[in-house]
Amino acid sequence: MGGKYSLEELEIKANDIREDIIRMLEYAGSGHSAGPLGLADIFTALYFDVLKHDPAKPNWGERDILLLSNGHCVPVRYAAMAHAGYFDKNELMTLRQFGSRLQGHPERTKLPGLESTSGPLGSGLSQACGMSLAMRMNSENHRWIYVIMGDGELDEGNVWEAAMLASKYKLHNIIGIIDRNNIQIDGPTEKVMPLEDLSHKWESFGWNVIDIDGNNIEAVIDACSMGRANTTKPTMIIAQTIPGKGVDFMEYDFKWHGKPPDHDQAKKALHELRTLGGKIKGEHE
Amino acid sequence: MSDMHLVHQRWTDTKVLMEPIRKGFGRGLKSAGEKDENVVAACADLTDSTQMHLFKEAFAERFVEIGVAEQNLVTVGAGLAAMGKIPFVSSYAAFSPGRNWEQIRTTICLNDQPVNIIGSHAGVSVGPDGATHQMLEDITLMRALPNMTVIAPGDSIEAEKATVALAKYKKPSYMRLAREGTAIISTDKTPFEIGKAYIYTQGSDMTIIATGTMTYQALLASEMLFKQGIDAEVIHCPTIKPLDAATILRSVKKTKLVITAEEHQVNGGLGGAISEFLGEHYPVPMRRVGVRDKFGQSGKPEELLEEYGLTAKHITFTAVKLHEEAR
Ligand SMILES: [Mg+2]
Repeated sequence: MGGKYSLEELEIKANDIREDIIRMLEYAGSGHSAGPLGLADIFTALYFDVLKHDPAKPNWGERDILLLSNGHCVPVRYAAMAHAGYFDKNELMTLRQFGSRLQGHPERTKLPGLESTSGPLGSGLSQACGMSLAMRMNSENHRWIYVIMGDGELDEGNVWEAAMLASKYKLHNIIGIIDRNNIQIDGPTEKVMPLEDLSHKWESFGWNVIDIDGNNIEAVIDACSMGRANTTKPTMIIAQTIPGKGVDFMEYDFKWHGKPPDHDQAKKALHELRTLGGKIKGEHE
Repeated sequence: MSDMHLVHQRWTDTKVLMEPIRKGFGRGLKSAGEKDENVVAACADLTDSTQMHLFKEAFAERFVEIGVAEQNLVTVGAGLAAMGKIPFVSSYAAFSPGRNWEQIRTTICLNDQPVNIIGSHAGVSVGPDGATHQMLEDITLMRALPNMTVIAPGDSIEAEKATVALAKYKKPSYMRLAREGTAIISTDKTPFEIGKAYIYTQGSDMTIIATGTMTYQALLASEMLFKQGIDAEVIHCPTIKPLDAATILRSVKKTKLVITAEEHQVNGGLGGAISEFLGEHYPVPMRRVGVRDKFGQSGKPEELLEEYGLTAKHITFTAVKLHEEAR
């Protein structure tokens, strides 16, 4: 660590981002709940510590690249971007509405700061490979490319095509992060399409693999540092996360993968987030 | 027409040189690479047959071997383009865009990244490899996508020009190439611009609009038709999207009869594009020469072109019949 925020400040930010996710999804009336909540700690670590970026200059030529390959989790990215200063937080409530820059799945041409358009799964890592190859051709040696992927997404063959290419060309400035929350739309990943032994799969494809607790902000930051320090292999961080993290009735329940909370559920969820699960008294209650 | 600077004025019983259209792409890519160091190339294990080896030999550090992975081919292309490169990505048309349409749709068209997708070995003239490798639906697939340009050069000379033009164009694009030798009909002086159609033969009784390998056949057909008293205008239409509406409309308003010709399914191909356009703007009697809802098969190119009705003779027959019916 060494960023401008303390660990405690980052944890509060992650909680704020979770609250915004709940508000956005309730207001939008559609969208995915579990994934974005589970990814809040990873996105907090990235936008407030790991990434070299400037919210005032989203096209800054020396910025690191963050690709969200599992585009359906974009509410967490929008919330993190608003908190980082890319746009006003009020705009978060336009999520999924007609005319909004905050499309249901991210579109690069609509909102500055998004690096690509995604939704259909499996193509983020390939784009990272293309970007990394271009950076190498340009002798840009101090830029990193972070790619967030879902675990269900790993069912896609396109991912493994990219895994081979990154390894072949030793694209060591790619740091992938798998949101290993063990759920996908049709149920637990190991029932829908078993992925294990996931670490060994990536290792055997020639990747530097780091297993972490993806809801531990410090662990995410440390793993990214370790990934950057490896100059021979691309890095894959397998981040175990709790789907729906922070909201007790959503945690670990695959039924929350693809739906938003209704008004009462959102109220309950917000209360829980504000009181950290009853551990503290809510400020506004 | 003299200002088109074609190789000949007359085509029947005139010897023409043959060269695969893909060879022109290979030369054009190397030349585009010399002009702009941002031009890069990627191939899916078909570097020699797509003619990318010329570029690879000249600019090894700007060439990426993807292996047999067409989904990765175009998405790596999208990543290269995102960092300011001008990527050309090639395979056989049956595989790219045959296998990776969604990746092209999302990461190139919707994402607005200027990737040039090169589909070689299109059409039944691929020959002995058979139906699996004879791509006949690529124009349809690519034409349906918003933000995509579609080009089918008429010979190797034009393919070379089109490649150089694509490197400067910087929009999502698809170009289809053919395997077998195609008659060289144009010269270095023949005009080519993306989005333009060209009147290769002037006429007043009928408009024949052809693309790719079929333009030479259309030129031959116009001479057969002239002998039968039909004065046909031949429009070479290398850019299928966006269509050169002005050139087509001007000709059709004069002739009021239309034939289209392509080595591709008529459904959704050039014939589809012209039907849609004229149907809305200037409906006239028309017929489409091309493959009619069938797959190809193994055989010699000439046997297959005959079987699927893709020769000057077939264009002539269709045109005469249309002319009679319209009278
Ligand atoms: Mg999952």
